[in-house]
Formats: sequence, structure tokens, C-alpha cells
Amino acid sequence: MSAKIHGLMAEFSDPGALVSAARSAREEGYVRVDAYTPYPLEELDEALGIRHTRLPLIVLIGGILGGLAGFGLQYWTSVIDYPINVGGRPLFSWPSFIPVTFECTVLGAGLFAVLGMLGLNGLPQPYHPVFNVPRFALASRDRFFLCIESTDPKFDIDETWGFLSRLQPRQVSQVDE
Amino acid sequence: MANGTTTPTDIENGERRSLSSQLPPVVGPGHTMGSVTDKISSVVLAQQTPRGWFIGLAISFALTMVLLVSVTYLLAKGVGIWGLNVPVAWAFAIINFVWWIGIGHAGTLISAILLLLRQEWRTSINRFAEAMTLFAVACAGLYPLLHMGRPWLFYWLFPYPNTMAMWPNFRSPLVWDVFAVSTYLLISLLFWFIGLIPDLATLRDRSPSKVGRFVYGLLAMGWRGSARHWHRYEMTYLLLAGLSTPLVVSVHTIVSFDFAVSQLPGWHATVFPPYFVAGAIYAGFAMVLILAIPLRRFYGLQDFVTMRHLDHMARIMLATGLFVAYGYMMETFMAWYSGSVYEHALMQNRFTGPYAIWYWSLLLFNVVIPQALWLTKVRRNTTALFLIAVSVSIGMWLERFIIVVVSLHRDFLPSSWEMYYPTVWDWGLYLGSIGLFFSLLFLFIRFLPMISIFEMRTLLPDSEVKESNP
Repeated sequence: MSAKIHGLMAEFSDPGALVSAARSAREEGYVRVDAYTPYPLEELDEALGIRHTRLPLIVLIGGILGGLAGFGLQYWTSVIDYPINVGGRPLFSWPSFIPVTFECTVLGAGLFAVLGMLGLNGLPQPYHPVFNVPRFALASRDRFFLCIESTDPKFDIDETWGFLSRLQPRQVSQVDE
Repeated sequence: MANGTTTPTDIENGERRSLSSQLPPVVGPGHTMGSVTDKISSVVLAQQTPRGWFIGLAISFALTMVLLVSVTYLLAKGVGIWGLNVPVAWAFAIINFVWWIGIGHAGTLISAILLLLRQEWRTSINRFAEAMTLFAVACAGLYPLLHMGRPWLFYWLFPYPNTMAMWPNFRSPLVWDVFAVSTYLLISLLFWFIGLIPDLATLRDRSPSKVGRFVYGLLAMGWRGSARHWHRYEMTYLLLAGLSTPLVVSVHTIVSFDFAVSQLPGWHATVFPPYFVAGAIYAGFAMVLILAIPLRRFYGLQDFVTMRHLDHMARIMLATGLFVAYGYMMETFMAWYSGSVYEHALMQNRFTGPYAIWYWSLLLFNVVIPQALWLTKVRRNTTALFLIAVSVSIGMWLERFIIVVVSLHRDFLPSSWEMYYPTVWDWGLYLGSIGLFFSLLFLFIRFLPMISIFEMRTLLPDSEVKESNP
């Protein structure tokens, strides 16, 4: 088969085996490794060396921008662009601007959280090579997959195949690009 | 215990264990990840739609048609077809707005606050409670729009540069409402959709039909369950929960400001924000029970929505019901303590005036009947729970009726006093919105998984990581 390959994938039927396998792959020196699971597995973060995400910072920025935009809008419209006397209150009656400022803060943070997560994850993604493995459909049911990608400097199709087989998976398969 | 002796802590642990074993489990025994996935997705992927679903949708859809007729006639004739007039210029429109938006709040409470409090039992009810939130907020949003008289100009409420060279008055609670409700709807929608993505991927991988694979595939956006994706996903979910928690409190607080910021007796009260938030949760849990009890029986989901869930929801309902009862007590006390003749007159009008029968029914439905929830026997009886939940829903509607109508119909000037009677169009719009709510809900349970599949997997004993060779 001369077609380019994305990597090699091993299938496991329980989460413990996957976490051990991920750890062994890291110990063996593989760096371009990803795991696919039907639900979030905290233990994988440590086994795969996933560092903290920048997402909380993005959400903080979104919240601050939203809050500033909301407060700024109210200040500019009520004090500068359209000053109107309502019941003799001061034009800059800031306590009455707080509810809208709060809502805009939450809106900004929420939008940045969702768009940030999708953006960092590269979603929506119409095509990904892992879906070429027919059994991968079970990754959204009850199977656990470990994929060593061909871009890994240590990747060698025979050697990596041998390494994955030694982890006692249910099956090892080649992921075509 | 390793050395064979029994210490006092062991006995205590044993007692605690036997105590907790009296509670039914969160997931029925004998389930695996595969069986949970199959069971929940089968409702959506089944080739044959159950007959009961068609009957339910037909009834709800017929009521939705009543809504369309009521709205069409309203647009043609104007709000004069309703029973409202000065001084009762806020009637069914505002009562139903507050009622619906309150119902929605339980969904956010279950999905966000209970998540932050690590209440695992929330997992099997959060998805449809969130859907309930969305549909309830959609129904709520109809009313202020239609009440405006010229709903087609609703966009004047938003601050956008316009040829009139005007801006909304940001000192008005009604403008705060626009921001609060639209933010709430949008954030609830995002929260719900983010929660759905992994389950949409499951449906994409399992759907037997080409159309199903295409549509669910499109919505799942290429989700593949990568560990790196899950890591960010979990963070987003947690952050959204943290953001929704103050949001939900702020929304009903702002709704209560619509009343409390005015100077009308019966509205001008500092107890309003907490009392409204508690009332919202109370009404919302009642609606979750009204939906959950028939759904679990009809679709055989007793293993996922167990008696434990119903028991917990009943307890929350009881607790928030007591907050609400305290609110009623404080309203009366403050009216007396204020020494204001107008406040005294309002309370006297509530107790003995022309709408007194509704006030006493409110106390019966909202305060007296729910006290039955103190009894374990009642909490474990689905029929009794269902009836109490219906009673609370009626009670909470009456509460808003009392707040809106009784305060307005006799204002400061006796010459402007007037009675309010709803017309057939008021009722048509109300029943119609109930129809819309249930139609959306029926469509939801047919086309999307009503229980979060991926979160259910995490509750199973097999989901724990047991490494053989560390």
C-alpha cells in the first residue's frame, strides 16, 4: 500500500488498558499520540502529557470585553449621544447600568468559551483520517483507541505496529490518510 | 479492618453505608456502556415511532394551532381583544411571561448549579431539563413581544443606530429584561448544544439511515472524542456552568425588578428578588417532575431516572416551597409593619377583596398541598408526586396572577378602580403556548437523546480507570 498513512491505531475495551498504553507510548518516546474515548477520562491528561488549556484566559478576556462594551454602550448613549432627563436622575446614573453590564459580561464570556473551545479543537472539521477505520465508530460507544501518528519522529510502521501489539489491544489497524 | 478489629469509625461507616443503601441507585444495576448507549439512542433511532408519541404530538400541535389563531387575530385587531385595560394594563401577558420563564430556571439549576455542587444524580435529568428551559424561555419571550401592541417593531428595544436618532432608556428595568432574557436564551442554547455534541457523534456513528448519518454528522461537527478535545470540552462545560449560575439568578432578579422598582403597593418590596428566584426553581422542578414521571414510564427509563431522582427533586421542591411560603409571610408582615394605609389596603384586598378566592387557592396549592412531601411514602409514589407537581404549577401561576392583577386593579385613586376579566383570547394564547411547549418537547424526544449518553457512561462502574501495571 503506497497511500500515505495517518498513523496506527490500537483498540482497547477498557479505560485502564488505554491509560496504561498511553503511558507506555510516552515512555517509549512517542510524542504525536492521541487517544479517543467515549467519555472524558481525566487520567489521560497526565498519561498523554496534555498541558493546561488557554481556554480560561480566553473566557476571562471575553467577559472583560463584554462587560466593557456593555457599560461603554450605556455610558455613551445615555451621557454623550442622547442625554435625556429621566425623572431628574443624573445622566451618568451608573447603578442602573449594572444589570445590563452584568448580562453583557456573561454573554461575552459564554460566547468566547464556546467559540474558543471549538476553535482550539479545530471544529467543525468535515474530514479526519481516523474515521477511515471502520471500527472507529465504536469510539462513541464503548471502545477506547490509541493512535500513534505517522508524523512522529520515532514512527516506523513495522516497529510501531510491533510496539502496539505488545500492549495487548483487541486489534491494531492502519489509519489511511 | 485489615487487622480484623472493629473500630468506632468502621461502625460509623457501616451505618452510613446501610443508610445510603436505603436510597435507590442513580443507575439501575447490570448496565454497561454499550447497553446505556443502546437504550437511550434507541428512542431516537427506532424505525417505528410509538403510537403514543403521535397522539401526544397531535394534541399539542392542535393547541399550537390555537396559539397561531390567537396571535393572528391579535395582530389583526390589537391588544384590545384581551381583557386588559387601564388600570390593569399588565395582565395575562406578564403573568404568563413570568410563569414560563420561572419554569425554565430549573433546567439551568439542574445543569449548572448541581454540576458545580457535584451532584451526580443530575446527569440523567439535565438534558431534557435544559430542553425544557429553552422551550419555556421561547414561550415566555412571546408574551412581552405580543404585549407591545406593534410586535413587528420589537427591534426598537435593541440599541442599534437608527434614523430616529434615539437609544433605549437603560435606566428602565424593561430594557434590562430584554438583555437578561436574550442573554439567558442564547447561553442556555449554547450550553445545551455543547452538551449534545458528543451524543450527536454517537447518533452519527449508530444511525442506520443515510439522512440520519448526514444530519447528525453535520451537527456533531466532526467530534471524534480525542483526549485533547475532551480536555478543553470539560473546561468549557465547567466554565459555562459557572457563568450560567449567576446568570440564572440575575434573570429572575431582573424580572422581579420589573415589579419591585415601581412604587405600587404589593410590588415595591425588597423581598422580591430572592422570593422570585425561589419561586422560579419551585415551579421549574414541578415542571421537570410533570415531564419526567410520564416519560420514564412510557419509554421504560426507570433504570436511568430512578426513584432516587424523583425523591431528590421532591425534596428540592419542598425546600424552595418553604422559601416561597416565607416570602408570602414576609409580604404580609412588611405590609403591616410599613404603617402605610395603601399597603394595609392592598393586603386587606388580597384577603377579602373580589379576588380573595384566588389568593386562598394560591395558599392551598402552593403552601398546604406540597407539605405532603415531608412523607417518604408520598415522595416514593409517582402518582402523588405528579399531582403535587401539577398543584405547584397551578399555584405558581396563581401567585403571578395575584401579584399582577390584585396590585393593579385598585391603585391609589378609587375613581380608577376596575375589575379585570380575561377574555377567550387571553386563554387561547395561554393554552396555545402550552401546546407550543409540548410540541417542541415531543419533537425533541423523538429526534435528540433525552438523556446525556456520554455522562451516563461516566456513572457506570466500568468507567473507572483500573490500571493493571502502573
